[in-house]
Amino acid sequence: MIRSTHLPLLVTLLTFVLAYALCTAQYPAMFSTRVVANLLTDNAFLGIVAVGMTFVILSGGIDLSVGSVIAFTGVFLAVVLRDTSIHPLTAFAMVLVLTTAFGAAMGAVIHYLEMPPFIVTLAGMFFARGAAYVLSTDSVPIEHEFYDFLQSIYYKAPGGGRFRLIGAIMLLAFIAGALVLHRTKLGQNVYALGGGVATSRLMGVPLARTTVSIYAISGGLAGLSGIVFSLYTSAGYSLATVGVELDAIAAVVIGGTLLSGGYGFVAGTFFGILIMGLIQTYIVFDGTLSSWWTKIVIGALLFAFILLQKGLTWATTSRKRVRTGSATPS
Amino acid sequence: MSATTPSVFKRILPQLIILGVVLAFNVAVFPGFLNIEIHNGRVFGNLIDVLNRGAPVALLCIGMTLVIATRGIDLSVGAVMAIAGATAASLVSEGHHWTTALIGALAVGSLCGLWNGFLVAVLRIQPIVATLVLMVAGRGIAQLITEGTILTFIDPGLIRLGAGTIVGIPTPILIWIALGAGAIFAVRRTALGMLIEAIGINEASSRLAGINSRVLLICVYAMTGFCAALAGVIVAADIKGADANNAGLWLELDAILAVVIGGNSLLGGRFSILASLLGALIIQSVNSLILLSGMPPEFNLIIKSVLILAILVIQSPKVGHLIYMLRASSLHVQPEKSSSRPVLTPKEDAQ
Repeated sequence: MIRSTHLPLLVTLLTFVLAYALCTAQYPAMFSTRVVANLLTDNAFLGIVAVGMTFVILSGGIDLSVGSVIAFTGVFLAVVLRDTSIHPLTAFAMVLVLTTAFGAAMGAVIHYLEMPPFIVTLAGMFFARGAAYVLSTDSVPIEHEFYDFLQSIYYKAPGGGRFRLIGAIMLLAFIAGALVLHRTKLGQNVYALGGGVATSRLMGVPLARTTVSIYAISGGLAGLSGIVFSLYTSAGYSLATVGVELDAIAAVVIGGTLLSGGYGFVAGTFFGILIMGLIQTYIVFDGTLSSWWTKIVIGALLFAFILLQKGLTWATTSRKRVRTGSATPS
Repeated sequence: MSATTPSVFKRILPQLIILGVVLAFNVAVFPGFLNIEIHNGRVFGNLIDVLNRGAPVALLCIGMTLVIATRGIDLSVGAVMAIAGATAASLVSEGHHWTTALIGALAVGSLCGLWNGFLVAVLRIQPIVATLVLMVAGRGIAQLITEGTILTFIDPGLIRLGAGTIVGIPTPILIWIALGAGAIFAVRRTALGMLIEAIGINEASSRLAGINSRVLLICVYAMTGFCAALAGVIVAADIKGADANNAGLWLELDAILAVVIGGNSLLGGRFSILASLLGALIIQSVNSLILLSGMPPEFNLIIKSVLILAILVIQSPKVGHLIYMLRASSLHVQPEKSSSRPVLTPKEDAQ
């Protein structure tokens, strides 16, 4: 028996399998470990940030600051490694503490001042981007033997695919995110908060702690994503990753999470990321389509999944209506 | 009229004070700020520049105020600007007259707005999500129209919309003031404004009261699309080209910021277009202050974010309650002053 809450997840999974099958039917070369490995590597930073976005959206909020936080992290690492002799690992720890605190501060503002998350994280987005500009407006290259070491770690699969470290970090982030959401009290509170603030307060959910934790997690994961992005590009640039927050939100929605909060799975987001990556890979393979088709197809997919969610909500509530309607006369 | 004028003035007083302070800072760092000269039959001056450069955000915030008053939001205005600019540029470069290009661009923008309105009013999708679709796909569509290049044009008629003058005053200023005045007249001299506020306060009860909220919502989103298209044409005309990637980038956020600075609640209800327009001018004056003071433009965003945060804190219901409590406890000896608060509300409602 399939519950209706699982249906969007299944549709996402099916869409991915179907799309991949269609792609391989047209270009048999797409069915190789190389393509799979590149899908993971190229979308690693987006995937990590989308895990945090799933938390935020499940709780009924939104976080527009993540793209700027990624850029800030990259610039911060590049400048610190260029100007000081701090070891990258220490720099990673510093930046993670900074971004987590930044997220927590936004969560605190949202909760204690009762402000819409949309506008608070918008201010956060300006602030983080501005902080990145202040550090440096140029693209700063990162040259450090530890970076070279991290970039050289990979597992070479049969068929030539190279599964790199950053892809593994993304998978770990997804697994950790799923565990926290489904196996801890915090996860339950996140779902409760998305179901309704008033209800969860009456149920005894610690609203302040949960809200602050959610945005701290989102900020921290954006920081981790920034580290991964700096490993991916070997540079820090304050104009990088503009609009990543929208890609992350799109991936979460395509993954079947309800944007009003309360329903959804981290696993769905994972397939949402893969679908978006697949579209880009297909366009590269095709060679004649232009890259702006990516945006249009993602927009169309977004629309289709929103319609699906609407249809499902409508179907479940109308079934209830029929049930209560038939109950009254009898 | 005579009864509403003082309450309107009272409503926009905080925005006027902020604008005055920012302009005073401008004068402090650059004494010639207020000078206005006429060269070759055209007015020049920093004040004119503020009005001129603020035109796109001012146009956007007219529509955005109405959408936010219905408890919605439109994230797609930046993308619609890009689409409209691309449409105008491609029509003109195909040899059409510039009026055809302008009408075509405005029609396309209104169509985008209708699409958003359809999603929100008929399919009942949350506004943030509904307009996100066009925000993501819109720039792709704009690139489709320009075929991936920056379409440049030399049509003097179209360029005059962005860079020309009418009786010495830059055209964009006249356009946004005319549209703003028209919109204010339409919402305040008819019942339209009240109906829009009714939807924002409680849509279900407004429908029960006999308001056709569905049609009205669609119209409001179409109006926003129209404003965005006009802003898009002006931006394209100003640089004599349509840049699908960068035209109107992040302007939706500036427009929302202008509405918020204008003291309009993001939760819908009462609104003031005039205050939003002042908000747009405040943003532009801050930009000019940062430039004139010789501060590195890198600080632009940080200052903006601190500004948003400060305004949000002032607007926050919790802080408002705190101030109210403080005032109530300090005015304990003279209770008639605090009782003047509820009396004011029906008068403001009446406007």
